[in-house]
Parts: sequence; C-alpha cells; structure tokens
Amino acid sequence: MSKVQDYPSRLGDNSSRKFETFSYLPAMTNKQIREQVQYIVDQGYNPGVEHTEVENAMENYWYMWKLPMFGETDVNTILAECKACHDANPENHVRLIGYDNYAQSQGASMVIYRGKGFK
Amino acid sequence: MAKKGYDAGVKEYRDTYWMPEYEPVDTDILACFKITPQPGVPREEVAAAVAAESSTGTWTTVWTDLLTDLDHYKGRAYRIEDVPGSDDAIYAFIAYPIDLFEEGSIVNVLTSLVGNVFGFKALRALRLEDIRFPIAYVMTCGGPPNGIEVERDKMNKYGRPLLGCTIKPKLGLSAKNYGRACYEGLRGGLDFTKDDENVNSQPFMRWRDRFGFVQDAIERAERETGERKGHYLNVTAPTPEEMYKRAEYAKELGTPIIMHDFFTAGFTANTGLANWCRDNGLLLHIHRAMHAVVDRNPNHGIHFRVLAKCLRLSGGDHMHSGTVVGKLEGDRDSTLGWIDCMRDSFIKEDRSRGIFFDQDFGSMPGMLPVASGGIHVWHMPALVNIFGDNSVLQFGGGTLGHPWGNAAGAAANRVAVEACVEARNAGRELEKESKHILTSAAKHSPELKVAMETWKEIKFEFDTVDKLDIQHK
Repeated sequence: MSKVQDYPSRLGDNSSRKFETFSYLPAMTNKQIREQVQYIVDQGYNPGVEHTEVENAMENYWYMWKLPMFGETDVNTILAECKACHDANPENHVRLIGYDNYAQSQGASMVIYRGKGFK
Repeated sequence: MAKKGYDAGVKEYRDTYWMPEYEPVDTDILACFKITPQPGVPREEVAAAVAAESSTGTWTTVWTDLLTDLDHYKGRAYRIEDVPGSDDAIYAFIAYPIDLFEEGSIVNVLTSLVGNVFGFKALRALRLEDIRFPIAYVMTCGGPPNGIEVERDKMNKYGRPLLGCTIKPKLGLSAKNYGRACYEGLRGGLDFTKDDENVNSQPFMRWRDRFGFVQDAIERAERETGERKGHYLNVTAPTPEEMYKRAEYAKELGTPIIMHDFFTAGFTANTGLANWCRDNGLLLHIHRAMHAVVDRNPNHGIHFRVLAKCLRLSGGDHMHSGTVVGKLEGDRDSTLGWIDCMRDSFIKEDRSRGIFFDQDFGSMPGMLPVASGGIHVWHMPALVNIFGDNSVLQFGGGTLGHPWGNAAGAAANRVAVEACVEARNAGRELEKESKHILTSAAKHSPELKVAMETWKEIKFEFDTVDKLDIQHK
C-alpha cells in the first residue's frame, strides 16, 4: 500500500475546487495563453471577458466585463481587456469566453487569471 | 388508367418494380441495399424483388391490387451498381414514396424496409447500407431531447470532449459500494460516470437503491470539485411502465441524465422515453447493446450508420459510436462517416466514408458520439483528433484500473484530455506528437505518470471485420 498515493482533494479546502476546462493543468505561461487566444480568434469566435468571486465559480452566470468584443481579432487587445478586468478585480477568477454564433453556444471558455488562493 | 381486367398468377418483379428511368423526388425515402443474389437470379429481378417485398408487393398478383393506385405506392428500384471488391453482390437503390410511412415512426420505416424481405429466398444475403430520410420526414420526428449545445450549457462544459467512465465490475456490486466507485471517479475529474448496460434492477442492486446512492455521490463530488457532474442512470426496464417509473424517480432526485438501451428495448420504448426526457428536461444517454448482431456482418443485416440515423430521429443525446482505437470493432473512415450522421446538420454523400446519400437533418439537434471500450490514456491524443470536442470519451478499465484507484485514474484522464486540447489549439499534431504531449503533462501529474506506466503496452490491433467496400483486386 505504501506505493499508493492519496488523492488530496478535500471538501474543506477551497483550493480543491476546479473551474472546468484547463483547470487540471498548471497555470499557463504567457506564451501558452496567447496560443489559446489565437485559437479562439482563428475559430471565428467572439471573445468576451467574465469574472467572479472564487466561491461562486459554479454558478451559470459570472459578472460580464463590459460587453463581448464582437469581431475583435487582435490578441493583444483581447489580453489587455482580460488584464484590465483582473486589475479591477484582483481576487476573482477571470475567464475568456469564445462565443460561437453558429452553434449558439460557447466554443471555448478558459480561466486566464486564477483567483485568490489558486495556483 | 389501369389496364383492363385482372390476370391471376405470378409476374416478374422487374416488370413492375424495376424503373431505371425513375428520378427520385425530394420527399422520397431512399435506401441503398447490398444484395447477394442466389446464383442465376438476374440483378434487375433481385433489386425489383427487394423493392417489392419492402413496400407494396407480394409473391402473386391479387385482385385487390386493382382497388388502389399501386404505381403511386410502390417502392421503385431505380439504380444498380457493382459492389467494389465483390463478384456477386450489387448495390440496389430504392425509392419509397413518403406516404408509405407513418409520420414520426422509425418503427414503421424499419418494419417495411428491413421486414420480411430479409428472409426472402431469392437472396443469399441482404444488407441495408444507408437510408436517406427526406427533410419532410425528419421534421415529423422528435429527435434528440436536448442536443449538444443544450447539454454543454446545462453541464457547463465548453471547448473540450466530455469525460466518462463505466463502473465495473459490470455486475454484482451493492448500491452503496457502487455509489462509492462513482464518487471516486467524479471527484477525480470525470464529468460523467455510467451504469453498465446490463445493470438494470437485479437482486444484488435494485434500481431505487442505486439511484439514491449514486445521486449522493454526484452531489458530494460537485460540492468538492465545484464542477457539474452526472451519472447515466439506466432506466431500461422490462416494460415501458416500469421504465417511466424509474425515469420519474430519477427526475425527482434532480439528476441531470438518464440512460436507455435502444435496441434491446426497441424503438417504441426509446421514442417514448426521448419524448419524456424532452418534456422533463433530462439528458438521455443511449447505449447500443445487440447492435453488432445486426451490423457487423458486411453482407447481411443493417449497417450501423442506418441505426445511428434512426436513433437520432427516435431521440437520444449521446450514442455509442465505437472508438476506432479501442477493443471494439470500427473502421476509421466509416466511423467518421457515422459520427457525422450523429452530429451534423447536413451530411454530403461520400463513398470514402460509406455515405451513400446527402442527408439533411435541418434544425434537428445532434447527438454526442460516445467513444467507449478498451481505451486508456495513451489513446487520448488519437481520440481527441478523431472525435473532436463534440464527443464523450469514456474510459472504464482505463479509469478504474489505475493502481491508485478511481480518483487518480480520473485525474489522469482529465489531465491528459486537457493537455491534448491545449496542444491541438496551439497547432500541434496530436497523433504525431502524442508521446511528447502526454509525457510533458505527466511532469505535473503523478496520477498521469502512473497511468502511462500501467497501460504502456496494451493495444488492440485486430483487423476490422466490417470494412468499407473497396476494390482490392
């Protein structure tokens, strides 16, 4: 048994909470984030920024940061909005949505800035 | 005007049912059969016989034929092609007028098209390769109760395949121990766990006990991970009344998804349950036990792409599709063809994928193909590449067989799928770089590292029995 490792997730530990796609990977480097944003742009998705307190991350709706950036294809502009949202709400999770007009769904959704207490 | 008088006796089928000049109309239901005739039977005659026996005809002329306009109602064999790679089989294309069929009834369509004709003595073998359902007929069917986009919104899963796990052993666990196995998988990062198909309500675990304990597992795993979770509660039952009773209880518990075996239970039960799910807001996972009995023989039976189309019309949100790479049968190009039939709005004729007709599903929602059966973490890059985001990748033994248990097994698969999606989005070639992608991800995940060591050598490299028909001489 000594070789078996315990799975450390706990109800009592907030940092055990996940936040869907890519939350099982380590936080991405700037280069990796840029690649993902470029992918969202290349798919023709409309980017939108949202944020929320870490304890409310499971809710359907997070706070919308301004409005979705319809037609925006510049990765720098998109990342600058993510950063502006993070600067204004430094303890919150900040995620980037890629709205897919044709499927009428979200084609992508990923946390860009992890909230307080999350590595 | 019909010809004068009634001639009793036996006519050749081709006199009435072989119509090479016929141009199918937009409302016709079209079928492509692969026919292996008995020696000496001419191909036009055998094609016409299949058209006749699957529509209005019988073996002899009857006087009541003259009371109706048979020329309107008959099936028409309108084209014959050689089957590539075969000396004796032909493809026969048959058009059926839409008013031969009850609206919204897959049961009725199949009772005609694959009814008595399959036992017809003039044929050595017969296979229904494909059906084109006209959009006019599609619109009379309910289809998937929710569809892919609604499921994503309900489950909050975006931009990646969903992850599942079938609980093992298939049979024999008590309800509470079973719920434990589910909880461990869900807390480790799975989106869904699943009842195995033959888990119904046996003496060792009655359905009501299972539903209760499993729901408890789902709710605790959700609180723990902060993510939406589900378990396909199998409501397949001996009678429709019992099936609805189980579905009602699942709804009462607030569970998001239930499950049904469409082929053993039948299309009547399935269509009814799909309508119930639409009315009650539950997702519906469809298992396909018994399908290989009818779809695996390349010369006789019904091709799986036909079953997939029929199920989409009858209703289901998930459907098992095979994995290409795992332990169960499935040719790659052929699989790509039928998963298109599950998900897309319009599927173009493409013989290289076994698609014989353009198929328009209009606004009917799609189903998520479920890849399940003998897959493990090393298959992940290929699976993400083949199936894309709109799929459920389901690892049973590949989760539960992890040396550290289900939670670790689940985490390994979750890390692997996210690493593959990340790499794909970044423009990397998944199948070519699979080893590098997984090895890099394992640096941050001891669970993945151990999973990779455990299943390193396991492959299922047997040749496919049901291949696409191609020239090989």
